[in-house]
Amino acid sequence: MAIHERLSGNEAIALCLKQINPDVMCAFPITPSTEIPQYFSNYVSDGLVDTEFVAVESEHSAMSGCIGAEAAGARCVTATSSCGLALMWEMLYVAASMRLPITLACVNRALSGPININNDHSDSMGARDSGWIQIYAENNQEAYDHMCCAMRIGENPEVMLPVMICQDGFITSHAIENIELLEDDVVKKYVGEYKPEQYLLKHENPVAAGPYDIQPYYMEHKYQQAVAMKQSYDVIRKVFKEFGEISGRSYDLIEEYRMEDAETAIVIIGSSAGTAKAAIDEMRSEGRKAGLVKIRVFRPFPAEDIAKALSGCKAVAVMDKADSFNAQTGPVYAETCAALFGKENAPKMINYIYGLGGRDVSTGTIKEVFAALDEIVTTGVTGETYRHIGVRGL
Amino acid sequence: MVLKYTPAAEINEQSKWYEMSPGGMICEPGTSRLTKTGEWRTTTPVFIADKCKHCLLCVPVCPDGAIRVKDGKRGEFDLEYCKGCGICYKVCPFDAIEFGGDK
Amino acid sequence: MNNMIEIRWHGRGGQGAKTAALLLADAAFVVGKYVQGFPEYGPERMGAPITAYNRISDERCSVHSNIYYPDYVAVVDESLLESVDVSKGLKEEGAIVINSCKEPEELRPMLKGYKGRIYTIDAAGISKAILGKSFPNTPMLAAMVKITGVIEEQAFIDQMQKSYEHKFAHKPQVIDGNMQVLRRSMEEVKG
Repeated sequence: MAIHERLSGNEAIALCLKQINPDVMCAFPITPSTEIPQYFSNYVSDGLVDTEFVAVESEHSAMSGCIGAEAAGARCVTATSSCGLALMWEMLYVAASMRLPITLACVNRALSGPININNDHSDSMGARDSGWIQIYAENNQEAYDHMCCAMRIGENPEVMLPVMICQDGFITSHAIENIELLEDDVVKKYVGEYKPEQYLLKHENPVAAGPYDIQPYYMEHKYQQAVAMKQSYDVIRKVFKEFGEISGRSYDLIEEYRMEDAETAIVIIGSSAGTAKAAIDEMRSEGRKAGLVKIRVFRPFPAEDIAKALSGCKAVAVMDKADSFNAQTGPVYAETCAALFGKENAPKMINYIYGLGGRDVSTGTIKEVFAALDEIVTTGVTGETYRHIGVRGL
Repeated sequence: MVLKYTPAAEINEQSKWYEMSPGGMICEPGTSRLTKTGEWRTTTPVFIADKCKHCLLCVPVCPDGAIRVKDGKRGEFDLEYCKGCGICYKVCPFDAIEFGGDK
Repeated sequence: MNNMIEIRWHGRGGQGAKTAALLLADAAFVVGKYVQGFPEYGPERMGAPITAYNRISDERCSVHSNIYYPDYVAVVDESLLESVDVSKGLKEEGAIVINSCKEPEELRPMLKGYKGRIYTIDAAGISKAILGKSFPNTPMLAAMVKITGVIEEQAFIDQMQKSYEHKFAHKPQVIDGNMQVLRRSMEEVKG
């Protein structure tokens, strides 16, 4: 029986973690993710979980603590945003290379500077090559559901990679919306116990974790990571499917919205996908064949799925809530283009950098993008591919 | 595929990527025995038993456990694991270790 | 989307406009609505103008943007009329509710040509009379429920009673006062 509630994204994540009851949480507060460890530490104080809560002195220490605890055999979680994630940077790579399935609740916020507390994806997009699985939520419901799935994905023996569960700062994290929750025992049973084969506290067989890796061995270990990421495609699909069986909400690596006969489409991540769906509904009612591909899982990158979804389109805009400052593209556009490279009948493609630092994205913003796509279809001219929307003076 | 944890003794520079433990984890204790650092040695320390007071200051400074201790007494060098760094010679207050001879 | 009501709240940091928006979402949820309640975050400063929003409807709303064309506007601090364009985008068939002891029509000249309904409520006065202090958000919440009709009045009162019993479990003496504020505000809002 689903439990109907109204929760913010942060409340939903904290509650999910309470239901999971992990062994260790190491965390340091930073807006807008602060509420997650704040609520969770209340659960610890109230004896509702038996998690060891470690109030560390920085995010570097938070991730280091998670690495130590996870290597010791504990299921470990943390939460952060923006500069906090940046301060974890070094340790993100260590966590992934040590194959430690730590779970991180990332509440996306602009990475300074200029200093700004509001939402974009520059923090987690910057960490996209750290070897973490990244799953992005459109709303509080998805944030909760993804968190329910995170550990089954990361801890799968074919994967053994850390997982970042991302949601948009403030837009999702601080907005109260309806949500359907699962019962505590259902979540607990679904997530299961963490049972690593080897760990530091296995007293009958002490091990060493994270050793120095010299030239004859390093590349083999990095290749193992690459294989794990490839293998995670099927594991994620399987976990999402099984989650659908207990919740009635099934997910896939991407979500296609009104793509069946779409001539123009956007590729987008996170909360703005919801806004775009409403804009597309309005355009559809005017007879325009507009559609949307939402990237739920960005790491591993669902290249095949995206290429297939966009194959019938004439023009596509890829929306990036982060800039790469390569003077060419944002990260999502670059990877989407790579996914379509060499494919027959590939659509014309443009890139929009949008919504930086909390710049609001309305249905009007999305319609402007589709207007530009319509012009490309009409004129046959793609023009500048590296575009920004919502900037005054353009 | 699921990677296996392979004993360190079975991993070498010819091992394939799928024959190596995930994350480079060393999945059993005491593996430093597998590396015979004595082979690196260019200068050999010599233990002068008559001068030794068994203060054992040399033991903890040895980077590789090449100084054996039995019943509180310092024994001969285990040259299989002595890489000839000379730290023991520097630290000995009683000139009980000579250093400078050939390998 | 059918039946969706969009509300924009204007207040000053510390007055509880955000809390009022979240309480309204809460109350609407309890009576079976799909809700959104969210503030527009910036650097939090006591006294600075802030905005919060509600979307309330019979089906889930996927839009996650600010509200530019609200059906209703709530102004928790009258002095904002001088500095903020509070009626911007407000639909003519909608309404604005202002915390003021003035008559509604006295305020029209400050609303930049807005032609729709105006309501006022002496939120500060009611709060001070009953609670001894100015908590303008509670009277404003009640007035908004009354004017928008988004929740049936008795259902709202019942839900708030429960909510206060939970929230003020450690100081039950304030529950009755707050309930009185809600009822009186619903009666005294004028337009």
